[in-house]
Amino acid sequence: MSGSAGNFDEMHNADGTVREAYASYCSWFDEQKTALLKRKHGEAETNFRKTGITFNVYGEDEAEERLIPFDMVPRVITAAEWRKLTRGIEQRVSALNAFMHDLYHRQEIIRAGRIPERLFRDNAAWLPNMVGFTPPGGVYTHIVGIDLVRTGPDEFFVLEDNARTPSGVSYMLENRETMMAMFPELFMRMPVEAVSDYPRRLAKSLAACAPKCAQDKPVVAVLTPGIYNSAYFEHAFLADQMGAELVEGSDLRVVDGRVAMRTTAGYQPVDVLYRRVDDDFLDPLTFNEDSVLGVPGIMDVYRAGGITIANAPGTGVADDKAIYSFMPEIVEFYTGEKPLLPNVETHRCADPDELKYVLDNLAELVVKEVHGSGGYGMLIGPTSSKKEIEEFRRKIVAHPENYIAQPTLSLSTCPIFTKKGLAPRHVDLRPFVLVSPDKIDITPGGLTRVALREGSLVVNSSQGGGTKDTWVLKD
Amino acid sequence: MLGRTANGLFWMFRYLERAENTARLLDAGLRMALTRDLVTAEEEWRSVIATSGQRASYEAKHGTYTGMQAWNHILRDKDNPSSILAMFGLVRQNARLARNAISGELWEAINENWLVMKDQLARPVGENRVLDIVATIRRAGTLAHGAMAGSMLRDEGYHFARAGTFLERADSIARILDIKYYLLLPSLSYVGSSLDTGQWDQVLRSVSGDRAFRWLNAGQIDARGICEFLILDDRFPRSLAFCHSALRETLTALARLHGHEGQSNALMRDSDTHLTGLTIEEVFDQGLHEFLVEFVSTNSAIANAIADDYRFLS
Repeated sequence: MSGSAGNFDEMHNADGTVREAYASYCSWFDEQKTALLKRKHGEAETNFRKTGITFNVYGEDEAEERLIPFDMVPRVITAAEWRKLTRGIEQRVSALNAFMHDLYHRQEIIRAGRIPERLFRDNAAWLPNMVGFTPPGGVYTHIVGIDLVRTGPDEFFVLEDNARTPSGVSYMLENRETMMAMFPELFMRMPVEAVSDYPRRLAKSLAACAPKCAQDKPVVAVLTPGIYNSAYFEHAFLADQMGAELVEGSDLRVVDGRVAMRTTAGYQPVDVLYRRVDDDFLDPLTFNEDSVLGVPGIMDVYRAGGITIANAPGTGVADDKAIYSFMPEIVEFYTGEKPLLPNVETHRCADPDELKYVLDNLAELVVKEVHGSGGYGMLIGPTSSKKEIEEFRRKIVAHPENYIAQPTLSLSTCPIFTKKGLAPRHVDLRPFVLVSPDKIDITPGGLTRVALREGSLVVNSSQGGGTKDTWVLKD
Repeated sequence: MLGRTANGLFWMFRYLERAENTARLLDAGLRMALTRDLVTAEEEWRSVIATSGQRASYEAKHGTYTGMQAWNHILRDKDNPSSILAMFGLVRQNARLARNAISGELWEAINENWLVMKDQLARPVGENRVLDIVATIRRAGTLAHGAMAGSMLRDEGYHFARAGTFLERADSIARILDIKYYLLLPSLSYVGSSLDTGQWDQVLRSVSGDRAFRWLNAGQIDARGICEFLILDDRFPRSLAFCHSALRETLTALARLHGHEGQSNALMRDSDTHLTGLTIEEVFDQGLHEFLVEFVSTNSAIANAIADDYRFLS
């Protein structure tokens, strides 16, 4: 078995031989009885269902909680590959933080003419309240998920920077637990880097960003919109693993200039709030006044240095696909180096020449909404009908500034386990990055998302994608 | 601990206990129905529905009382917000709310219970399955309590869980006793008759007290003895005295953890004073119904005081 024609396959070389990273895995796999593997596959699903590792789907009454399909063939990355990725990610994440500090202060990158002013002026995630304010420790994006795709042995591209509220880390951890429970012998054969200390690293990284008023042991809490949120399981899981409180907006209020949570013994101040609610809902006094998810007055406390909010409000400005297209310039401007991890070539429809190119080549391109997420509101030219393409064309012409376009990359594939044996499917990778004032910490592993339908490029869980365990090998 | 989390734990265990007691009541109803003629069976189903507090939702749908309708209503009816299936849903929802205050084992037990109940109650329940399902529900409670006993930290969360359990249990037992006394017998002339004794026997069975009671009373059954057993015998884990003693311990532990006593401790003390040294003759002198009504209302006052003392909601 080998990868589909023309795509790089993580497990096999073009000639069908097994790649070095997978040598041990494949020799183990060949020893296994298919019937047993099939049974284990079923068990994995039962296990996820039992432990309640589900995500909620909005607007579906019956199946309101769903499992993200799990595939039991790991995605393997060698130590050398990982080192390279790590350097590229560190560079990119430092640049992102420097960029946000600059945007909310002197805006030198704009004065230097490297990016146009409209990029943030038109950006809904831009927060005037953050202008001139530096968050505790100078960190804007404390938790980052960098989405990577691969097209060849040495070719990794950044597809997206999730600088706002990247999710999925609980799946990284639970996928590993499941794999260790199912195939302990594999972990004895292969030297796989541990991911299980992510919650401890997260707790440490967040504590290191505590405001000056915090005590020796900063109080960290996770803010969730509540049990109906699609990622509630992850919020509860992370709070549990960090030994932190899981709070909702209604548990918090401003008391004596601090944000405090209502405990059975009265109000207790929170130093660091890992919030999983969007900026708009964070403070009804400052943003959306109808919101009940946030805390009235939290922005005033924040600006007075009474609490750390992670990620910082206004970080979404760097999460935008229009900004993405300028990331090579941004990395160079703040680090003085060429980007180690390239962007996918991106055409900005706001630019008249680029727009013409995009409209002329719609059938070959992927077009994305600048502010869209979760795989919604996009056009995948090669797999769309003429009618769909024409409809999308009208949308682009009406608001070109809302769209970017990228060539369809020949994304790498990694085999999944199917009833008929191994079969290649497209994958991407989201490593999780933690930022504190003096450290960028990347957990060796990440979430590999996989398109479960043959030939499909869409890996989003909301669009029927699944996940795999990601193994970074030790040298 | 967050007030909201404490509230979640308290109610999680109240609903769990309520589901279990409703199943026990159903069990008693089934046994009665199996040994009676059709007319009395109808009366007994009426009392089972009334005791479980589901008369309004039942009568809104059904004009007559039959076993099949009654148990399906109690177990799974979508229009019955107090059905056992709905309660298991609430148990799980509260467990999700308090997810990081309970152990993984307890969460898995609760989640599994819910999956099993959802599956077993997916379609109407016929005569051949109902006893099995009732047994599954009782086991679900045992599983959750076992997981809690074996894995949960003895911190305030544990005490909120126990407070919910024993408040609800005391409440259920008081209601079962009251309904026996007031609804079941067609008239007072039946007191002491075989019908009366049979019903007391089912009451005992519904709280799994039949064997213990017979052991203590050399096989004899009478109303006075059973009331004394279920109200005052603090050796039996489903007597009012036992539940209140457990509740007192748990409230004392909470006060110690918080460094001060609240209104709930004061009310608890009043209630203890009232029950201490009480004899069953005094209960009957006051009137069993009057006694039970007062007990239920004290219980509910304690529950409200706990919510206030520990800032469940505000």
